[in-house]
Amino acid sequence: MMSSIPPAAVMILGAVLVPLLRGRLRTAYVLALPLAGLALVLSMGDTEFGKTTLFGYDMTLVRIDGLSRLFGWLFHIAAFIGLIFALRSPRNIEHPVALVYAGAAVGAVQAGDLITLFVFWEILAVSSVFLVWARAGERAFRAGMRYLVAQVGSGALLLVGILVYADAAGSVSFGDIGLDSPGGWLIMLAFGIKAAFPMLHTWLTDAYPESTFSGAVFLSAFTTKVAVYALARGFAGEDVLVWVGAAMTSFPIFYAVIENDLRRVLGYSMINQLGFMVCGIGIGTELAVNGAVAHAFNDVLFKGLLFMSMGAVLYRTGNINGSDLGGLYKSMPKTAGLCMVGAASISAFPLFSGFVSKSLVMGAALYEGYDVVWLMLLFASAGVFHHAGIKIPFFAFFSHDSGIRVKEAPGSMLIAMTVAAVLSMVNGIWPTLFLYPNLPYEVTYQPFTSAHVISQIQILFFSALAFCGLKLTGLYPPELRSVNLDVDWIVRRPLRRFALSLGGAGMALRGLVVRSGMAVTNRVVRTAERRTGPGGVLERTWSTSVSVLWAAALLAFLLILYFVR
Amino acid sequence: MIEHNLPALQVVIPLVAAPLCVVIRNARAVYGMTFVVAWLTFACAVALFIRVADSGDIVYAMGGWVAPWGIEYRVDQLSGFVLVLVAGMGAVVATWAPRGLAAEVAPSKRHLFWALYLLCLSGLLGIAITGDLFNVFVFLEISALSSYGLIALGGRRKALPAAFRYLIMGTIGATFILIGIGLMYMMTGTLNMADMATRLPVDGHRTVLVAFAFLTVGISLKAALFPLHAWLPDAYAYAPSTVSALLAATATKVSVYILLRFFLSVFGADFAFGGMGVGQILMVLAVVGMFVASAAAIFQGNLKRMLAYSSVAQIGYMVLGISLASTAGLTGGIVHLFNHGLIKGGMFMATGCILLRAGSVERDELAGIGKTMPWTMMAWTLGGLGLIGVPGTAGFVSKWYLLQAALEQGHVWLAVLLLLSSLLAVAYVWRVVEQAYFKKPAGIGVGAREAPLSMLLPTLVVIGLTLFFGFWTDFPAGAAGAAAESLLGGALMGGTS
Repeated sequence: MMSSIPPAAVMILGAVLVPLLRGRLRTAYVLALPLAGLALVLSMGDTEFGKTTLFGYDMTLVRIDGLSRLFGWLFHIAAFIGLIFALRSPRNIEHPVALVYAGAAVGAVQAGDLITLFVFWEILAVSSVFLVWARAGERAFRAGMRYLVAQVGSGALLLVGILVYADAAGSVSFGDIGLDSPGGWLIMLAFGIKAAFPMLHTWLTDAYPESTFSGAVFLSAFTTKVAVYALARGFAGEDVLVWVGAAMTSFPIFYAVIENDLRRVLGYSMINQLGFMVCGIGIGTELAVNGAVAHAFNDVLFKGLLFMSMGAVLYRTGNINGSDLGGLYKSMPKTAGLCMVGAASISAFPLFSGFVSKSLVMGAALYEGYDVVWLMLLFASAGVFHHAGIKIPFFAFFSHDSGIRVKEAPGSMLIAMTVAAVLSMVNGIWPTLFLYPNLPYEVTYQPFTSAHVISQIQILFFSALAFCGLKLTGLYPPELRSVNLDVDWIVRRPLRRFALSLGGAGMALRGLVVRSGMAVTNRVVRTAERRTGPGGVLERTWSTSVSVLWAAALLAFLLILYFVR
Repeated sequence: MIEHNLPALQVVIPLVAAPLCVVIRNARAVYGMTFVVAWLTFACAVALFIRVADSGDIVYAMGGWVAPWGIEYRVDQLSGFVLVLVAGMGAVVATWAPRGLAAEVAPSKRHLFWALYLLCLSGLLGIAITGDLFNVFVFLEISALSSYGLIALGGRRKALPAAFRYLIMGTIGATFILIGIGLMYMMTGTLNMADMATRLPVDGHRTVLVAFAFLTVGISLKAALFPLHAWLPDAYAYAPSTVSALLAATATKVSVYILLRFFLSVFGADFAFGGMGVGQILMVLAVVGMFVASAAAIFQGNLKRMLAYSSVAQIGYMVLGISLASTAGLTGGIVHLFNHGLIKGGMFMATGCILLRAGSVERDELAGIGKTMPWTMMAWTLGGLGLIGVPGTAGFVSKWYLLQAALEQGHVWLAVLLLLSSLLAVAYVWRVVEQAYFKKPAGIGVGAREAPLSMLLPTLVVIGLTLFFGFWTDFPAGAAGAAAESLLGGALMGGTS
C-alpha cells in the first residue's frame, strides 16, 4: 500500500495543511514532511508504478531508476535543509510554497513519461515565483513577473514539443529523445531555458537575487537541477551540449567578477557550475554522465550553503552589496567559517565535494579527446575559485572593515548551514561512502591521484595569486554600486539601445520609433477595447432586433448554401 | 420495479415535485423537499449511468406504448454522461443556494423560485433522456420558460429586459427547432429518433436540407454560439446567483447535447459533416467566437458578465471539437462540455459567495478581496486556471484532446489559434487575480468576511472535482471517448443503420 504512494504527493499534498498550523507544531510538521518523503523513497528502491493510459498514451507516474534515484534523495535533503534555514522567515506563505516547489521537483525527476513531466514542470514554475514575490515591493514583483514569463514560456515550448514529438514517435515515454525531429529540438529548448543556457539564462540572475533571504536557497536547489536531469535523460551524448556547456562555464565568470550584489555573483557562478553538468551530459559517456549527476548533487549542497551564508548576511545586515559589507567575520564568525567550507567545495579543493565530481567531468572530456573543451573547463575552474571561492567570503567577511556590527546568524540558520557543510565534506573526503555507489553507472574513477591533486592545487594557487596581485596593484575591478548589463537588457530596453547606437540623430529617430510604436500598440488596444470594451459594439447588449437579424442572416446563408449545392 | 422505471423517475420526480412546491408554499418545507428531490434525481442519474456502462443502452417505453407509436426514453453513453452532469450540478447548486437566495429573492416568492428551479431541471434532464423528437421540443420549452421566470426573479430591474430578450431569442430558437422537426416529420411520418434515422432520405432531398438549416440555426441560438450569443451575457449577469450557476453549468451544455444528438444520431455524421459541409461553418463561427468573446471578457468590469462572455468563448471550444468530426475532436468537445460545466458552475458559485459578502462583483471594487475571502478567491482562481487550461486542471484535459484532434487532421493553424485564445483567457483571469491578490484591500474588499460554510463547501467540492478530473481522467475522458465512438460508429443508437 505504502509503495503505491507517489513520493511527490507527500510534500505537495502535505503542504495544504501547513497554513492551518502554528508555532512548534508547524515547525515539526514542516520539517517532518521532507523526512517522511525521503523515508518513502528510500523504502521503495528502484521501482515503477502508477501506470495509466491517458489520451491513448501509456503513462508512468513514478519511475525510480539509476538516473533518477539520486535526484529524488537530493531534493528531499535540500528541502529539509532549506526549511530549517527558512524557519525564521516571517512570511507565512514561504513554507507551503517551498514544499509544493520541492515536491514538484521530486515529481518531475520521477516522471516516467513526458506528460507527467510537463505537469510537474508547470507546478515548478508557478510555485517558485511566490518565493520571489514573497519579498514584496515593486522590484521583486517585476522581477517575479519576468521570471514567470520565462518559466511559463519554457512550459509552453515543452507542451508543443511533446505534442509534435508524440505525434511522430507514437509514445510519450520519457527516455532518450534525441535531436532527430523538430519535436526534439523544441523539448531541448524548453529544458534549456530552465537549465539557463547562454542567452536564455537571464531569468536566473535577474530573479534569484530579488527573492527573499531564504527563497534563493530553494530556488538554487530545484529548477535548474530538474532541467539537468531532464537533459541527461533525454539528450545524453548530443554533441551540441558539450559546447553549450563549455560556453556556460566560461562566460559568467566575467560578469561574476564585476558584479556587486553578492547573491547575483552566486547566480552567475551557478550558471558556471551548470555548465560543467551540461558539458558532461553532452559528452555522454558513463564517466561523464556520472560526473554530471554527482556534480548536480554536490552543487545543490555547496551552492545552497553559499546562498544560505549570504542569506544570513542579508537577514542580519539587510544589505548584500560587496561595496557596503566587509569585516563581518568579527560579528558573524561561524557564518564566515561555514561560508568558507562552501567556497572551498565550489572551488574544488581536494577533500571538498566539488573536487570529486568536477574531476569526473573533466576527466571524461580529456578521455574523449575534447582538448579545447578541457582547456575551457580548466579556465572556468580557475575562474570559479576567483569569484566564488575568494570574492564571496572576502568581500562579505573580510576586506576593509565596513563597521557593521550585527549578531551572529540565528541558531536554526547555523544548523542548516552546518548540515550542508558536513554533507559536502563527507562527499569530498569519502566519495565512495554513498555518492559513487549510487550514481547511474559503476564508478571506477579514482579522484585522489597525486597528479590530479597537484594539478588542481596549482590551479587554485595561481588563481589566488592572480587575485592577490590584482588586488595589491589596484587593478582588481572595484566593488561599485552599479548595474551590469546582461543580454536581457536587449529585451528590456530594445528601442533605447537601438536609438543610442545611432547617436544624436538617433534620438530623434528614437522618439519617432517610440511614438509610432506606442501609437500602433495603443491603437490596437483601443480598437479592441472600443469594439469589445464597455459600450463597444461587441460588448453592448445587442437589441433584440440585431440578434434576430443575425439569426435570420445565418439561416438565409445556410439555405442559399444548401440550395446552391 | 423501481430499477426498471428509473428512466421515467429521472424526469418524473422533479416534474411532480414542482407543482407540490406551489401547494406547500412554506419556504422552509419547500426547500427541504427540493433538496431531497435534487439529490434523488442525482442518484437516479448515477444509477442509470452505471447501468449503461455495465449492460449497454437502456430503452424504456413510456406508459408501455412501444415506439414508434409511444414516446421512448433512451439512455446511452452520451445521454447518461449528460444526465450525471445536469443532475449533479442541479443538486450541488441547490445545496449551495439557500444563504445567497435569502439575500436575493423575496421570501414571498421563494416557493415559486424552487418550483421553477425543479421545472427547469426536469426539462433539462428530459431533453437528455428522451428518444423522441417532439418530446425534445416539449422539454426544451419547459426548461426555457422556467428559466425566463428564474432570470426575471433577479433583484435588479435590468433583470426584466434581460429575461425578456432571452424569451424572444429563446422562442425564436425553439420555433426554428420545431419547424425543423415538423419538416422531418413530414418526410418520414415518425418522431422517434432511431426510427427517423433509418427513414430520413439523406440523398439531398430539399425538404430535409431546409429542416437541417432551421435546426442548425435554432440549436446554435439555444447554445449561444457566436454570433447568436447576445441574449446570454445579460441573462447570466442579472439573474440571481443560483440561477447563473445552474444555467451556466447545464443549459448551454444541454443545447450542445441536442446538437450532437441531431447531427450525429439522427442525420448521421456522413450527411451532416460530409455532404452538408456544416463542419466548416461551425468551425469558423466557433473560432471567431473564441476570440471575440474572450476579448470582450477581458474588458468586462462585472465578474458575472465576464464569466458569461467566457462561457460564449468556451461554447466555441465545444463546437470546435464537434466540427472536427473525428473521435478525438468529439471526445474533446464532450469532455469540455462536462469539464466546463463543472468549472463555470464552480466559478459562478464562488462569484455568488463574493456577491453575498461584498455586495458587489464589480472588479474594480474588489481590491484585496483575496485577503479577506481567501478560500472563496482560491476556488475562483483555481477555476480560472481551469478556464485557461493549465495542466493539472480539467480544462487542460479538454484542450489537450482538441489540440490533438486539430493536429491529427493537419490543422496546425487551428492548434495555434487554440493556444492563442488561451492567452486571452489568461488576460481576463489575471485581471481579477491581480485585483484580488496584489492590491491593498480597499473599499468593500476590506469589510467582506469569508463566505458561510454552507456555500463555501459545495463551491470547494466542485472546484476540487475539476482538479481531480485533471489528474484522474478515466471517468470524464473515458466516458466521453466511449460516447464519441458510439456516436460516430452507428448512425443511431441501436437503430439499424
